[in-house]
Amino acid sequence: MIFLQLGVLACVLASGTTVVFTRGLASQPIVVSVFGLMLALMFMAFQAPDVALSQIVVGAVGLPLMILLALAKLRRDAKFLHRKQNEKETQ
Amino acid sequence: MSRGWRLGVFLAGAAGLVFLFVVVARPLPGPLELRNRYAEEINTRAFRERNVTDAVTAVNFDYRGFDTIGEEFILFVSVLGSMFLLRMTEERGDEILPDAAEDSRDVRSTDAMNLWILAMIAPKVVFGIYIVTHGQLTPGGGFQGGVILATAALMLYVGEGFAVFRRVVPHGAVEFAEAVGAGGFLLIGMLAWFWGKPFLTNIIPLGQSHQLTSGGTMPLISVSTGLEVTAGFVLLLYGFLQENLTPRGEK
Repeated sequence: MIFLQLGVLACVLASGTTVVFTRGLASQPIVVSVFGLMLALMFMAFQAPDVALSQIVVGAVGLPLMILLALAKLRRDAKFLHRKQNEKETQ
Repeated sequence: MSRGWRLGVFLAGAAGLVFLFVVVARPLPGPLELRNRYAEEINTRAFRERNVTDAVTAVNFDYRGFDTIGEEFILFVSVLGSMFLLRMTEERGDEILPDAAEDSRDVRSTDAMNLWILAMIAPKVVFGIYIVTHGQLTPGGGFQGGVILATAALMLYVGEGFAVFRRVVPHGAVEFAEAVGAGGFLLIGMLAWFWGKPFLTNIIPLGQSHQLTSGGTMPLISVSTGLEVTAGFVLLLYGFLQENLTPRGEK
């Protein structure tokens, strides 16, 4: 049991560090969802199945989805602004 | 500041944090010998007093139900705020723009994959309802099950695109469901007033343990939370997709 817990903690440490060092915007949500899954495994290993279930749905599904959608919106806004600026310059 | 300086400041701060963390965390009991009185009390009382087998749900929806109302309304308000921000530009046509990533995609999704994604919807709905309704028996409950149910709607978009998503998901009904879910929790809490008891007292018969109906108000609160969370997430999804995939007005 203690080895399982230590192993899971090591996974959390590794994936958490990876999240911090990931710079690509598109890959960040994926890395975050892996980190969320590792946290869920950790909760499971420490005998908190309820929290693990919440962590799976929020950390591995909800959060990455919202980040992706927000990134898509930002990209669209950037394109829109860019086009507006071009129109202004040509006038 | 140069890179070396920043690294130095970070390392000094990190060393201090590690030192303080070790000092604070060393006297704490290990994860497996952690047996405080509250946990013992809840584990024995939840089964004896409320006929439920999942003590965590008993804490969330009964003993500390008032805190959960706060949490539920945090979600409610954040969905409301996001929808408000997303609807700044109201003028929109009905046509649907292609996905922004469409032209940079190397592999197009095939019919077989879309069919498989759609086939996942029914199991997802069943599993979500299972998690919502079994909150008082096994780990889970309205919140977790609600997010699972909302991903069923996400699958619809992933498999068939926004046009089908918009046709199948009735926007007005989802908004209504969110309000009913959020208000339902409060109404169940207020039921106790008719018996002259304090807010959120568990006044419904507790039923037989290990049964779906055990726990009195708990399964009802779980279902209403599930409704609120499902509808909230679907609304967010709807708002974001509407914003990203329909043409922008001239304003």
